[in-house]
Amino acid sequence: MAVTEVRITIHPAGIDPVQIAEKIKELFPDQVIDVANFRDQVSVIIKKDMAFAILKHLHDDPLLSFDHLQDLTAVDYLKKKDVRFEVVYGLYSMKYRHQIRIRAQVAEDNPSINSVVPIWEGANWHERECYDMFGIRFNGHPDLRRILMPEDWEGYPLRKDYPLKGPEIENDWIGFREVIRRSQELKEFEWEG
Amino acid sequence: MIDTSAMGIIQVEEDVKIMPPNIIITTFDKIINWGRLSSMWPTTFGLACCAIEMMAAGAAHNDLDRFGIIFRGSPRQADCVIVAGTVTKKMAPVVRRVYDQIPEPRYVIAMGSCACTGGVFKTYSTVQGCDSFLPVDVYVPGCPPRPETLLEGLIMLQEKIRNEKARWSPWR
Repeated sequence: MAVTEVRITIHPAGIDPVQIAEKIKELFPDQVIDVANFRDQVSVIIKKDMAFAILKHLHDDPLLSFDHLQDLTAVDYLKKKDVRFEVVYGLYSMKYRHQIRIRAQVAEDNPSINSVVPIWEGANWHERECYDMFGIRFNGHPDLRRILMPEDWEGYPLRKDYPLKGPEIENDWIGFREVIRRSQELKEFEWEG
Repeated sequence: MIDTSAMGIIQVEEDVKIMPPNIIITTFDKIINWGRLSSMWPTTFGLACCAIEMMAAGAAHNDLDRFGIIFRGSPRQADCVIVAGTVTKKMAPVVRRVYDQIPEPRYVIAMGSCACTGGVFKTYSTVQGCDSFLPVDVYVPGCPPRPETLLEGLIMLQEKIRNEKARWSPWR
């Protein structure tokens, strides 16, 4: 009778996110602005200058080993905070199963931050979407183009000062105006029933 | 004047006469419209959640096949397009191109609130009703419409085709 041996590799338990936040504070004391804790979800709010170095450290440190970027997005705090944008990185460690959220402040006058594609390859399209929706430029991104909106679209739709309602047809996106124009042009060839 | 009674011609309904054993006399309108409405092939094209309901209408329970409605993989071999879902401005040129490839005579069904009017999405990216760039024949309301509603819409389109006059001649 065959015996199947099951081996489970047990990794050490993850670190409490509050302790991870403390660690970041120790290593980069002048970069951490605040640590927010909401229902055991810990966010570390940092300055954008050293964001790449901090994230690189979180990825490379064998005890932290944040090998998975859950999400990358941005928040527009127009008229709510002094610094308008925050780029949010949701980090997770597959090995230790602990997670933390990093929020990097990005000012309105020059909305740019270093790309994290060299650390996590999967950040590529996330950063493109973030650029598309908020207009935050990611320095060092391999292919920073719009991903959802047409490439010649003007404005960044998820900014709070972007009008929700679309423009009148005269001021609409040129590609859509072209469709309307062509459909009117072809109307005379339609067969009326 | 030919005496039809002597030839055994029987009128079964308006404009349809049968001469036994196997000759049917009818009008062009009637026979062509009958042919069209009995094999109305929509092009396989879905945009959003309405497409899921459209698939449900095509599947076994509701079974569009019994009306001769079979989804066709290419617009060039289709008779109509069901615009099922939200049309975004970026997608509008594609929808128009699909429509342009359908050979005449062609029909458009706008399925769901979004395709009819833009629905809840009165936003920067959504077309406020696909009738702005397509000649829509039947509007099917609902969010999404039940398969029965889509069936009703398709039957309405069949009725429209049945009543068409001389849509088969370039000299009209």
